[in-house]
Amino acid sequence: MTLMIGIPREISAGEKRVATVPDVVEKLIKLGFKVAVESGAGDAANFSDEVYRAAGAEIIDGAAKLWVASDIVFKVRGPTAEEVGLMREGGTLVSFIWPAQNPELMQQLAAKKTTVLAIDSLPRTLSRAQKMDALTSQAGVAGYRAVIEAANAFGRFFNGQITAAGKVPPAKVFIAGAGVAGLAAIGTAVSLGAIVRANDTRAEVADQVVSLGGEFVKVDYEEEGSGGGGYAKVMSEGFQQAQREMYAKQAKEVDIIITTALIPGKPAPRLITAEMVKSMKPGSVIVDMAAEQGGNCELTEPGQAVVKHGVTIVGYTDLVSRLSKQSSTLYATNLFRLTEELCKTKDGIINVNMDDDAIRGLTVIKEGNITWPPPAPKLPAAPAKPAAAKAAAPAAKGHGGGGSNEPMAGGKLAIMFGVAALIFLFVGAYAPAAFLGHFTVFVLACFVGYMVVWNVTPALHTPLMSVTNAISSIIALGALVQIAPPVDGADGRGLILALAVAALALTAVNMFGGFAVTQRMLAMFRK
Amino acid sequence: MSESLATVSYIGATILFILSLGGLSNPETSRRGNLYGMIGMALAVLATVFGPRVTMSGIPWIIGAMVVGGSVGIYAARVVKMTQMPELVALMHSLVGLAACLVGFASYIDPSVQLAGAEKAIHEMEIYIGILIGAVTFSGSIIAFGKLSGKIGGKPLLLPARHLMNLVGLLIVIFFGWQFLHAESVSAGMMPLIVMTVIALLFGIHMVMAIGGADMPVVVSMLNSYSGWAAAATGFMLNNDLLIVTGALVGSSGAILSYIMCRAMARNFISVIAGGFGTGGGAPAAASGDAQPAGEVVAISAAETAELLREARNVIIVPGYGMAVAQAQHTVNEITQYLREQGVNVRFGIHPVAGRMPGHMNVLLAEARVPYDIVMEMDELNEDFPDTDVAMVIGANDIVNPSAQDDPNSPIAGMPVLEVWKAKTSIVMKRSMASGYAGVDNPLFYKDNNRMLFGDAKKMLEEVFVALKA
Repeated sequence: MTLMIGIPREISAGEKRVATVPDVVEKLIKLGFKVAVESGAGDAANFSDEVYRAAGAEIIDGAAKLWVASDIVFKVRGPTAEEVGLMREGGTLVSFIWPAQNPELMQQLAAKKTTVLAIDSLPRTLSRAQKMDALTSQAGVAGYRAVIEAANAFGRFFNGQITAAGKVPPAKVFIAGAGVAGLAAIGTAVSLGAIVRANDTRAEVADQVVSLGGEFVKVDYEEEGSGGGGYAKVMSEGFQQAQREMYAKQAKEVDIIITTALIPGKPAPRLITAEMVKSMKPGSVIVDMAAEQGGNCELTEPGQAVVKHGVTIVGYTDLVSRLSKQSSTLYATNLFRLTEELCKTKDGIINVNMDDDAIRGLTVIKEGNITWPPPAPKLPAAPAKPAAAKAAAPAAKGHGGGGSNEPMAGGKLAIMFGVAALIFLFVGAYAPAAFLGHFTVFVLACFVGYMVVWNVTPALHTPLMSVTNAISSIIALGALVQIAPPVDGADGRGLILALAVAALALTAVNMFGGFAVTQRMLAMFRK
Repeated sequence: MSESLATVSYIGATILFILSLGGLSNPETSRRGNLYGMIGMALAVLATVFGPRVTMSGIPWIIGAMVVGGSVGIYAARVVKMTQMPELVALMHSLVGLAACLVGFASYIDPSVQLAGAEKAIHEMEIYIGILIGAVTFSGSIIAFGKLSGKIGGKPLLLPARHLMNLVGLLIVIFFGWQFLHAESVSAGMMPLIVMTVIALLFGIHMVMAIGGADMPVVVSMLNSYSGWAAAATGFMLNNDLLIVTGALVGSSGAILSYIMCRAMARNFISVIAGGFGTGGGAPAAASGDAQPAGEVVAISAAETAELLREARNVIIVPGYGMAVAQAQHTVNEITQYLREQGVNVRFGIHPVAGRMPGHMNVLLAEARVPYDIVMEMDELNEDFPDTDVAMVIGANDIVNPSAQDDPNSPIAGMPVLEVWKAKTSIVMKRSMASGYAGVDNPLFYKDNNRMLFGDAKKMLEEVFVALKA
């Protein structure tokens, strides 16, 4: 029995996307499914019923009939209560659900004994799951569109030009948050020729920002971090303070701000205050991509573009829908990839395999049982690491830049101590007392040397070598005491004298030459 | 001067030497540090000459030797070019090594020292070890000098079964050491001593011959360390604490420098000494040969370079050995000064192993009167490349090779490098497309934002400077 995949028209206000597109319909049919599309479902995304029909889909008039006919429903937005009511008992639904925010919807769906795959619950860290990652594909579209909206509202070129009609400075764009949307915005703004800066609280994305041609603006908060006391709290407050200062500084400098900061399940953080907006140049633009969650900017009005203090603040909540053909195509492809995973046998029957990590994560309701949240995957504690490395870096600096501060591995250290202990034991057991005195001096001098030399700045390594070289001509003392010792031995005196004089002459070359050349070198170092 | 007075003078000299090394922690205090070193040395020499162990009859000899040696040394220090510093330092190390040998022999045939039992054995062992270290330092430094000055090719010489040869040499040395300790008379002990010296000399030659040009900074600092240990061994031999302390200071200083250099090349100290880097990497390089870096090499003219520099706000210059060879540091400084007057933020990024000895680039730039506060270490500015408009690489290759980070099969994988490719534009000045000392192809040259300025560094930079001013 082949299953019917149904595509209803999206009924949420302003939603112009559709859950599948004609190209993908063909592929779904090749997988063995039948596809039904509600009449007019693709209109807003410029896909007419005819095109769907040509691709092999059945066109059904009216949502009620479609929902009843479908074994599996592909949707973009989560269903409304009415839509759930239309749904077939025991059917399957694939769409955005946001189970954490919509517990009632979950209950309704569970009551209908449905199986629900929430595309937003995909375990995104699985690289295998990337092809199904609709959050990423949609965020990318939104990021692109945000730049286009900004360009639309901005009265100048993005790229700097030198023309016969005068010089045009490039637009400066600041992007807050370098997630998928932020990165897409960076890439788009860079390709339009703007100077792009971006910030993110996750230090590890700096490389990605740079790779797209943006500059990463750091929040300078490390000195506050070492405040002691309630460590984490002080850290985060200090951080927020530093972050605000950084944003305020950027607001004065840049022409366009695009904010993308979202915290899952919470209101968007307020990054841009009214004062910052006031400090911006007239004609500047803010695109607040978090408008739907309350906005990153205090003055954002969700769903609208407003002009306040001479700054256009774009708070559209439908950036993705404003590019509905593109976003629908990408979303449809994501769902097709998911369908492939569900139907590995290509016979038009899905198998919700709960042993598969990706499918397990996606499935929030299995045959009426709520299976969300999934057991916690083994998440790598990646963000902690760079922070630790950062903290270590200044400490290492203090050690003369050389900084071999990383503590040695325990085992290695133990072996070294063992060897040292053996050597000392041997020396202690066999050497005469006179030797031990010298030995003490020798060992201590090695340690003094070690301590002193680590403090030498790397810039002076060459002078260090030449001065130590000069100092090592202290060996002249050995020659000196042999030239004319008070005890006058008879035989071999001449030979000893010759050797000693030669040695003295050699070391004198070293002594004078070494100090002179060091002096010459050091005299050149100037500010 | 009494024995005690000589001893306290020695203590004074010791303190001055420590202060001398301590002064080098900062360019401001470094000149004073050198002065401390000189005073310490003068104090030590005078205390010895007028001390109880030297009689007046030796004074003419001493003055003669000092005047001859001193004038040679000062002359050499005056005329040496700053680019030749590594050679000079290597040559001076060899002198210390040779002097340690001579003092060792003299001490052995000196009949005035009469010891017995364990003390005699220890004394002879000290002589033996002192001469051993001295001989290795001497011959190794001579070879290093030859390699640095180009008199001997930079390629590592790899004899078959070289590790075995070194091991056999070591066993022979130990065997003759045993013979030497049990020698009845001075003349009987002479033969083992001379055999050992010859082996030590050969070992020193072999050791440095097997080391590739890129590892010269390690070798130079290692020989620096050896010359210190030679002095310390001599101190044991002569029961002189000042020699021991000074030798230990110099020895540990050289050892730390070697360690720093090794780490800067992500190399194990033992493997550098065992030799053969630069050809040992041949196999993996060939294996990744089919993964030729993609992209095209884009050449650029001096005028275009000047254009880029003029429009830049942040410039980082990365000098390498090529700048030293071409003697281009003065032109670099002229360009730097000009750009700084135009408000361009010019800085220098120095890799720890740039050049042929530790700190080589700093000295060259200082010679050209580049202010040292814009000369940065790698770690200080590596993060700034993304904000940099132009990164100019002058005669450097391996230290800016991205495959150290990207390609785990690369022979230089894991070596810290200057991330010039993250700058908006990088310009590499090179004579040709030849690979660096490590013999590794450099994907940097094929990057989209990289430009190549081919030609002699000095000549090209002069053209750039002319174009800049135009």
